[in-house]
Amino acid sequence: MAGCSGEQTAVWPALPSETSMGISQISQSAVSERPAATARTINIAILAMGGEGGGVLADWIVDMAENSGYLAQTTSVPGVAQRTGATIYYVELFPEEASRASGKDPVMALMPVPGEVDVVIASELMEAGRAITRGLVTPDRTTLIASTNRVYSMTERIAMADGRVDADSLLKAGNAAARVFIPHDFSRLAEESRSVISATLFGALAGSGTLPFSRKQFEEAITRSGVAVESSLKAFSAGAEAATRREPISGQPAPAAVPKLGPALQAAASRVMQKFPAPSHAILFAGIQRMADYQDVAYAAEYLDMLEPIAALDQQHGRGDFTLLREAGRYLALWMSYEDAIRVADLKTRRARFERVEKEARVNERQLLEINEFLYPRVEEFTDVMPAGLGAWVMRTSWAKSLLNRLAGKGKVLKTSSMIGFLQLYWLASRRTARRKTLRFQREHQNINRWLASLKELAVVDYDLACEVAECPRLIKGYGDTHVLGSRNYQSLMRALPVLRQKSGGAARLRALREAALADETGKKLADALQELGIQAGGGA
Amino acid sequence: MAERHFKKEVQSLYLGNGQEFRGEGILAVTKALLQSGISYVAGYQGAPISHLMDVLTDANDILSELGVHFEHSASEATAAATLAASVNYPLRGAVTFKSTVGTNVASDALANLASGGVTGGALIIVGEDYGEGSSIMQERSHAFAMKSQMWLLDPRPNLPSIVQAVEQGFELSEASNTPVMLELRIRACHVHGRFLAKENVRPKFRLKDAIENPVRDASRIVLPPGSFLHEQEKIQKRWPAAQKFIRERQLNEFFGDARDIGIILQGGMYNNVIRGLELLGLSNPFGDSAVPLYVLNVTYPLIDEELNRFCSDKRAVLVVEEGQPDFIEQNLHAILRKAGLQTKVHGKDMLTMAGEYTAAVITKGLHKFVESYEPNLLDHAHLPTLVKPSQKPEALPIINAVQPRPPSFCTGCPERPIFSALKLVERELGQYHVASDIGCHLFSILPPFNIGAHTMGYGLGWASAAAFNTPETKKRTISFMGDGGFWHNGLTSGVGNAVFNQTDSVLVVVDNSYTAATGGQDILSSQAQNPIRTTRQPIVDAVRGVGVKWVKTITHTYDVAAVRDVFREALTTEEKGPKVIVAQSECALNAQRRVKPLTKKKLEQGERVVRERFGVDPDTCTGDHSCIRLSGCPSLTIQPSPDPLRKDPVATVIDSCIGCGLCGEVAHAARLCPSFFRAEIISNPSAWDKFKGRVRGAIIGWLQRRTDRRLAGITV
Repeated sequence: MAGCSGEQTAVWPALPSETSMGISQISQSAVSERPAATARTINIAILAMGGEGGGVLADWIVDMAENSGYLAQTTSVPGVAQRTGATIYYVELFPEEASRASGKDPVMALMPVPGEVDVVIASELMEAGRAITRGLVTPDRTTLIASTNRVYSMTERIAMADGRVDADSLLKAGNAAARVFIPHDFSRLAEESRSVISATLFGALAGSGTLPFSRKQFEEAITRSGVAVESSLKAFSAGAEAATRREPISGQPAPAAVPKLGPALQAAASRVMQKFPAPSHAILFAGIQRMADYQDVAYAAEYLDMLEPIAALDQQHGRGDFTLLREAGRYLALWMSYEDAIRVADLKTRRARFERVEKEARVNERQLLEINEFLYPRVEEFTDVMPAGLGAWVMRTSWAKSLLNRLAGKGKVLKTSSMIGFLQLYWLASRRTARRKTLRFQREHQNINRWLASLKELAVVDYDLACEVAECPRLIKGYGDTHVLGSRNYQSLMRALPVLRQKSGGAARLRALREAALADETGKKLADALQELGIQAGGGA
Repeated sequence: MAERHFKKEVQSLYLGNGQEFRGEGILAVTKALLQSGISYVAGYQGAPISHLMDVLTDANDILSELGVHFEHSASEATAAATLAASVNYPLRGAVTFKSTVGTNVASDALANLASGGVTGGALIIVGEDYGEGSSIMQERSHAFAMKSQMWLLDPRPNLPSIVQAVEQGFELSEASNTPVMLELRIRACHVHGRFLAKENVRPKFRLKDAIENPVRDASRIVLPPGSFLHEQEKIQKRWPAAQKFIRERQLNEFFGDARDIGIILQGGMYNNVIRGLELLGLSNPFGDSAVPLYVLNVTYPLIDEELNRFCSDKRAVLVVEEGQPDFIEQNLHAILRKAGLQTKVHGKDMLTMAGEYTAAVITKGLHKFVESYEPNLLDHAHLPTLVKPSQKPEALPIINAVQPRPPSFCTGCPERPIFSALKLVERELGQYHVASDIGCHLFSILPPFNIGAHTMGYGLGWASAAAFNTPETKKRTISFMGDGGFWHNGLTSGVGNAVFNQTDSVLVVVDNSYTAATGGQDILSSQAQNPIRTTRQPIVDAVRGVGVKWVKTITHTYDVAAVRDVFREALTTEEKGPKVIVAQSECALNAQRRVKPLTKKKLEQGERVVRERFGVDPDTCTGDHSCIRLSGCPSLTIQPSPDPLRKDPVATVIDSCIGCGLCGEVAHAARLCPSFFRAEIISNPSAWDKFKGRVRGAIIGWLQRRTDRRLAGITV
């Protein structure tokens, strides 16, 4: 009868007076000969993915209940769901005393009934959403404890751009569906305690005060399990406190902070402040910072030079939110800082990067770290960073090209943490000063200028289409074959522009083309979409 | 070495008279077998009875002490054939497998067994993999019981009932000389509960006694005239004997008040029916029902007299029978008509014809039934949410952000790179017809791989491509098979068949050293030293042994480029005939389980240990996710880009990474991107490590400070 002792014990609603089960009425009329029900089961559903310890959590609950005067039943559907699939563990608890009083064992259900679940624990936000869509979370009854961390689904991960679902809609649904909603990043909390999410969620269950057990009874279940007790208890405690605090939560990611610029960029920064409209400042600050980081401060000035005419056109033809300028500013910055071997080598050899890897790999002060890069330079990666004349010559001279291909053309593992590896990359990074003369720099800037020219031209006649064109460089990303494919798609879209300009709703059509390009790797959807417009897809870049 | 261990739990198998047993359903079944005095037990793993096999494995010492012989059968057919020991001798035996797929495989032996009948009790424990979480076609084991006339037990899903069903199953089997099937649904297998234990029984008549004193009875053999005799015997002797036993021992149960409507249900449905009644205010939590219940703990055969008695005073009954066809309902109609009873029979009309009978489906059906016949029993003001007219599903918040999350290859799975390689080959040579098989490798049919056209059953991967054998094309087909399926039957049904029929196609045998999908049990080709089994028998030898000439072995599947090259060669070589690629690498889940404790020990002893893990540089990743589309590893996911200018999330490797190396291999083989790196974390570094580290640190640090100076002033 531990359920009635302990100062932290929550009071379980007595039955039947406070609920809508209607047992009392029935027992007086239709079924008066049956012993009246004095209690009902407490129903707990745990939604987790295989390998997340949902079973451990269920076992703790059962053990706690059985040691605190309750009868417990748990079921699950393991099988292949263990292999990272979504799965439900279901627990029912029943007061032993009520069972003794009636001289009978309760009959417990083997699966949750929609509308009849007291606590739903979800180890991840989309799983919380799944519980809601399955009807397990209801406003009259359910406490929903949800970890707000995202374990992205395969669909979200394999998208060619951004396939993430709207986390905010999941949180809103949680708020609307649950009697009590306790969202928190219990996964991070577990990580911080060097433990597992089952422990923080068990803590949250204690902190929610939904079950008729004291905190001590919760903790004793962990202790009895005898596995990683100390770290589990620490995580449990963190989970309990988070659940007790019940901080309000917003699914919106924190707005991107305006980057802090150093003294070297003060001139460029004041130019942004004076010459460019406020809505574009955050992006332009990030832009100039990126240019200086990528090349030098002069490059940042060039960047602004290129954007100034766009700003003027946007002022004249835009709607005051400066979409064109902002998107042009964004993609111009990304395009001007295209990822050549120099850039990659630069980023890979930086101190901040070494520190980041150390943190990510959780290297402690008694351990050492080696970093091995997986590089696959093609001939193009070499010629790209050669002086333009030399690079172009190699590309059109077959013997030189095949000679170079022997050097390249094979995957390499380079140990950046070793002297030889580091020096190779460090030397490559130092080629930055000669970048403006390289083959690729000239090629990219030609393409950039063409893009900017079409923006300027379109801004006057079809502002919306210009905005869409501004976003098209989003297609150009990746390295090697991926980059080739992206560039080809981009060029296809640019070639479609003359046709689109003739048609109504050109902006929407271009957006649809861009989405088609990002919808599949084979390029079939884009080809189909282009064909509908009467344009042949493909062709050279 | 199986995935789950029950070393601790199996100690409860020693519990004696009157002691309380607490634990999972499958453990209770094992205890019940021991209490029944069995002489042998065998089976083939597969959800939901994989854990039963694991429990038996871990309980092998206890079984030996009681003189019980336990086998990991080569297949369900082997398991079923094992029951032949009970034909001539008073030996009790049990076998277990997944149903209906395992029962399909076993049915040759089962039909023979059921024809001749048994002397000792023979129990077939079928794990019914139906409904949520099921990985197989949705069919019923009931049909097998009917076609071979074996009795089918479907006990209420609580431990005392399940234990009782095992014990009574043996008695019923002996009383009627008929093998008995015990159907356990997935949740019942895993239900945690308690019961009062009895002493284990050591059989009086033992295997040794049978071997040393052989008995034969030609009339038990399925060959004319015996087979005709058996059919008569089934109807004239065994059927009535079974009915008599079931009636007299009251295997089926009656509950509830007297009323002119009633519910007839399979035992397995009992708990959810009671919950439905409770929610409708028609029962208390202890199962004291306002509506009469007739619980069929034996669902085949039906007992006509009991049904007639139950229905004679009822206007209407509701049959709660999961799955289709509705055998019980149809049978009930016939029984009532013969008896001239006019009781209205409902069932599939008020519940659903197809699909799992969840507690929700049952509650809705019960509501419909009671509302139709006794609406005054219902308190309409206090109906459960589920059946409240106001609470339509539309009232619930609708979210579109919930996507399916099917199971997939684990982190570090050695099977994933095989499909990465196949995807790369298809980029070069075009798409192929790919025949899949049963096993973890079947996850290839899902994103991101989308490889595989069909699956025809365990071990039947290559067999299912048999028709695609024509000289009219040079293009070949590719078939898959796991090591489990290979030893189960694929060696003969696939490999032998391909040799004999001069197939010109390619088979990939995925050899990960375990039957991984069922929980990592050992098989013939497992690399583990198993104290009670013979392992380490190479698949390659078996393949060559049946006549395959073109055999290639890949010993490290993570080498994507090498796998791709072998694929290319197999698909394009001029050499005709069957081609077999044996792709070996240990199941990562099991490897981790094996290696982790060893590493921990090494660390504690101060030995040098290198842990590997992969990573992605978020500043060089451009967010295209090609790498994910070629891998699908759970540890390779996405995160918001740290770059304020980039909208697309970047790839990232999370902490669960075990450093299998696939990311790097894919980045190389598909020439993806330079963002991947492998971090090696050296614990307990040697003096040389430390010296190297100091020198490098000094020089690299000095160079990095130069870069810092260039970047100074750009950011704050």
